[in-house]
Amino acid sequence: MASKVLVITEVRDGKAKKGSLECLAEASRQKAALGGGDVTALVIGGPSAKDAAGELGAQGADRVLCATADWLDPYNGDAYARLAVNAIKQESPDVVLVAATLDGKDLAPRIAAHLDVGYAADVTGMTVDGGKLVLTRPVYAGKAYAKVSLTKTPQLASPRPNTFGLLEGGAAAGAVSELAVDFSAADVGATVTGESAASAGKADLTEASVIVSGGRGLKGPENFAMLEELAQELGATVGASRAVVDAGWRPHSDQVGQTGKTVSPNLYFAIGISGAIQHLAGMSTSKCIVAVNKDADAPIFKVADYGIVGDLFEVVPKMIEHVKSLKA
Amino acid sequence: MRIFVCVKAVPDTAARIKVKDGATIDPSGVKFVLGPYDARAVAKAIALKEAAGDGAEVVAVSAGGTKGERDANKRLKDALALGADRGILIPDEASENRDPLEVAKALAAAIKAEGDYSLVLLGRTAVDDQAMSVGPMLGALLGAPCVTDAVGLEVAGGKATVTRAAEGRQQTVELTLPAVVTGQRDLAEEKYPKLKDILKAGKKPMATFDYAWTDGGYTVTALEPPPEPVAGKIVGEGPDAVPELFNLLQNEAKKLSF
Repeated sequence: MASKVLVITEVRDGKAKKGSLECLAEASRQKAALGGGDVTALVIGGPSAKDAAGELGAQGADRVLCATADWLDPYNGDAYARLAVNAIKQESPDVVLVAATLDGKDLAPRIAAHLDVGYAADVTGMTVDGGKLVLTRPVYAGKAYAKVSLTKTPQLASPRPNTFGLLEGGAAAGAVSELAVDFSAADVGATVTGESAASAGKADLTEASVIVSGGRGLKGPENFAMLEELAQELGATVGASRAVVDAGWRPHSDQVGQTGKTVSPNLYFAIGISGAIQHLAGMSTSKCIVAVNKDADAPIFKVADYGIVGDLFEVVPKMIEHVKSLKA
Repeated sequence: MRIFVCVKAVPDTAARIKVKDGATIDPSGVKFVLGPYDARAVAKAIALKEAAGDGAEVVAVSAGGTKGERDANKRLKDALALGADRGILIPDEASENRDPLEVAKALAAAIKAEGDYSLVLLGRTAVDDQAMSVGPMLGALLGAPCVTDAVGLEVAGGKATVTRAAEGRQQTVELTLPAVVTGQRDLAEEKYPKLKDILKAGKKPMATFDYAWTDGGYTVTALEPPPEPVAGKIVGEGPDAVPELFNLLQNEAKKLSF
């Protein structure tokens, strides 16, 4: 039986989030195993959210369903959940995917509760067996992995960003249709009265392709300027260990680890981070890990793909200088 | 004003986790604690109660086991020592791998049985299952507006105003009460109970609420240890190793190009 897939996509300023595009790409790759059903992208947001339809088609959306209104920008969990449930009732998908961004992880559980279905959060592996999803998700921040099956319909899961690849050279633009917004802002108990950019122009840690993280080895908050400069040169986002967040050197929003963010970038630099289990739990799914530490026995070297043993105050300036010369 | 705060017993984040029999963790030698985000939610609930004055109460609720290290009673006592007025335990001897929607249903049933309330507070995530699900599910089940990842929360004039830390931005959200809010670490300062608070907690009322657990729609079919990290290579010592590092990142790992 052909299983239909609905991907609830996240659009900001007319552009789809990478995690959402990855969900569509993965749905396309699994299409044959799922029996060849349609992949539909649902877009909820302000009027400009429709502008993302082309990109969604290129990553495999056969159709794009748009529920837009001025008041639906920015994200409002209560309102988005109601519209997503309407779309699911209309489309009857067998599988619903939402990227596991902070907004996605806010939205998906509401949908699970409204529809009374199982939900697998933050999945890093997805296969199909007998037409049903077999999902893998890290638990205990990656100290163990659970294999999960979902026994009700639709099967609802949030794939972790940066984990599933994009399609190359997809071109077909999906057919766009409207989903009615059949209630108003006044019908929703939550009202978003303001939204401010906390860190303009910087990729979110959970979606960053390159991360430069610093730990206690930096010796003081002022020395993060060095990491900011390296990150700037590499187009990277700066992260931090719990020790330096606890010390008040960096905000909690920068923290990578079991009580911070879990990240899977293409490239992760751990600078002056010894590699406490708490930290390793948050970054061990990175595709490539580079460690710089003066202690050759630091646990971080056990997970690092490449390491430099040395004084970071000598190594990091050399890294900045070297990257500048490579770019010149 | 009545505030419910939902808490969970979780392994300490410094704990090494060993998988036992392919389905559960080996709890021996694992220290269980009050969820670190839950502790901040409790602290916030106490602060709101103190600001509201007489007649306000904080009720801690936990679904979980009643035996050994995993005993949810102990974590309710932690919440009482931090200042909660009473505790409600929902016993679940098979709490590991439990469908989060079942947990949310049990909590919703226990809360509804108590009558009126203004707020339900939770930590943003339990550091074991890490699904970030129970809070928003609870909001949907109670028909109450919900905001996750709060770093600020004020209650006045029948409304809650929440500052939500989303990715790369902050939202200000107004909620009609009753409402459900999950908190980030920055929602409240960490509180440390004094000895007299711990002694007092032993005398505070504790009740049991029974829930008929079902399997739900989420089934863990296996639990596996993570893949063994493959030891990488030490490129060299000191700044002289930097050019070779970038050579390897560009040409061997192919993770950088300029």
